[in-house]
Amino acid sequence: MTFLDFLNFHLVPGVVLGSIYAVGAIGITLVFGILRFAHFAHGDMATLGAFVALALVTAGLTPWAALPVAMVAVALVAIGVDKLFYDYLKARPKIMTVMASLGVALMLRAVVQVVFGVDPRTYATGIVRPDDYFGLLLRSRELYTLAAVILIVVGLTLFLRHSRWGKAMRAMSDNPDLARLSGVDNRKVTMLTWAIVGALCAASGFMLGINTELDSMMGWQVLLPMFAAAILGGVGRVEGAVLGGLIVGVAEEMSIFILPAQYKAATAFVLLLLILLVRPRGLLNGKVL
Amino acid sequence: MDLLGLANYAVFMAILIGIYALLALGLNIQWGFTGLFNAGIAGFFAVGAYTSAILTSLPATGRLGGYELPLLVGWAASMVAAGLIAWPIGKICLRFRSDYLAIATIGIAEIIRLVIRTEGWLTGGVRGVTGVPRPFGELDYMPSQIAYLAIVATLVLVAYLLVERQVKAPWGRMMRAIRDNELAAAAMGKQVEARRLQAFVFGSALMGLAGALFVHFNRSITPEAIDPMIATFLIWIMLILGGSGNNRGAILGAALIWIIWSVSELLTDRLPTEIAVQAKYARVFIIGLTLQLVLRFRPEGILPERQAGSPPRR
Repeated sequence: MTFLDFLNFHLVPGVVLGSIYAVGAIGITLVFGILRFAHFAHGDMATLGAFVALALVTAGLTPWAALPVAMVAVALVAIGVDKLFYDYLKARPKIMTVMASLGVALMLRAVVQVVFGVDPRTYATGIVRPDDYFGLLLRSRELYTLAAVILIVVGLTLFLRHSRWGKAMRAMSDNPDLARLSGVDNRKVTMLTWAIVGALCAASGFMLGINTELDSMMGWQVLLPMFAAAILGGVGRVEGAVLGGLIVGVAEEMSIFILPAQYKAATAFVLLLLILLVRPRGLLNGKVL
Repeated sequence: MDLLGLANYAVFMAILIGIYALLALGLNIQWGFTGLFNAGIAGFFAVGAYTSAILTSLPATGRLGGYELPLLVGWAASMVAAGLIAWPIGKICLRFRSDYLAIATIGIAEIIRLVIRTEGWLTGGVRGVTGVPRPFGELDYMPSQIAYLAIVATLVLVAYLLVERQVKAPWGRMMRAIRDNELAAAAMGKQVEARRLQAFVFGSALMGLAGALFVHFNRSITPEAIDPMIATFLIWIMLILGGSGNNRGAILGAALIWIIWSVSELLTDRLPTEIAVQAKYARVFIIGLTLQLVLRFRPEGILPERQAGSPPRR
């Protein structure tokens, strides 16, 4: 295998997959860090986003134009889910919310299955040939995906660092009581967090769908890699989630050198157990709940 | 349906309820008394089922098996195997909040599913394991069903009595102390992690036994027999609705939910095919919604946890 083959067939797919995981992992890390529970409906919320975009594409939009609309739609769904199913569990042990989110995962998936059926779908038919960039083979959808991920990560980082509401979110993540005493409205921050998380879910689901195919189980299947990425990077750390996502994505694509291809999905699990064993705070020193 | 058919159906249902009751009891040890979130119940169930099937089944080409060991060996082995899988997971994850255990158990259930599908030499791959013996299987249909029901009922009763005895003992009080206030329990010198690991392994072993009972009832098993998410979720609802922390509640919940789930399946099967598929997934939606409603309006379940000398825990 030449070096270029290695890049084209293993590293590039790994980076594309990893950046999709990164977008999902950012959402998981925000919920884990700010609202302090493991959100198991994350994957199925991503499925919902992918299928909302599919409905828009069927209605005549181009896929990348459908993405922002789907992000807004799922942001609203996420806020609604929080109000209906998570909010009243606030005062009880957080693990009850984890359980409720597992139920929400099942419900969201069932909605997708009832409305769109269970057959695999795609946004566009036909085979897309990759373009040759000095030997590096890239499809336009892969370039768009990477560009969109960079845009999302930079935008979100700037928002969290410099805007008033971003600072409020970070304050609540560091110490909710102190944040409340300093005048941060926890309810509004919670709502804002869900809006961002819902939008990120839709983005990750859409990008997974456009690079592979849409399937009602697609989100559930990427839940474990996304959690592994969030914990690997350090819970509560956005840049950690990006790093973790890239590591998990590339590791999955590289795993075929040491594991039979059927066990690709086991890579994330092994990474998760390893990091919990040796460094539970994650690579970038996040929180341990 | 005539009377005999109805009786057949009732016995069939009762056997499955017994198997689910064992699963719910296993989860009750983990969640009800210890507060551990196991989201991979189906995985431990599958490990138990395949272990007992491989050890006791008739010889078959292309896969391991044909040891034709006695049933009791298969059942004991299924408990040991499920416990052995639980041990390292618990060892790594029980130091943290239960969220991490939940993630890891989702992962292990997925890995178990992959192994069962991939390793044909061990599990027969997609063809599964057939020729699994059934105790009293040589009798006529009805007596054989009733005999199996008696075995399942006895095992559920034994498991119930043993778990009841265990949670009434000082061990049970200690587990509840750890569940309700980990810091205080640790300050009193209780070994929080080691005790949680015990509960996790015991509960998983019981789930493995339920898997073994299932495979000997069916006489065969294929990877399709276990839908990881739905199976796991049904057992969670059984326990929460019945009353977590109450063994009778766990058994009651198993019976109620399994009857509702099966009857709704009978109903949706009668629908015209165009909407039957949608109805199948609508059932899943309703199951998810049921959990939310129980958590909201009756979080303590139908039979709440009893505590001697104090009002029920809220």
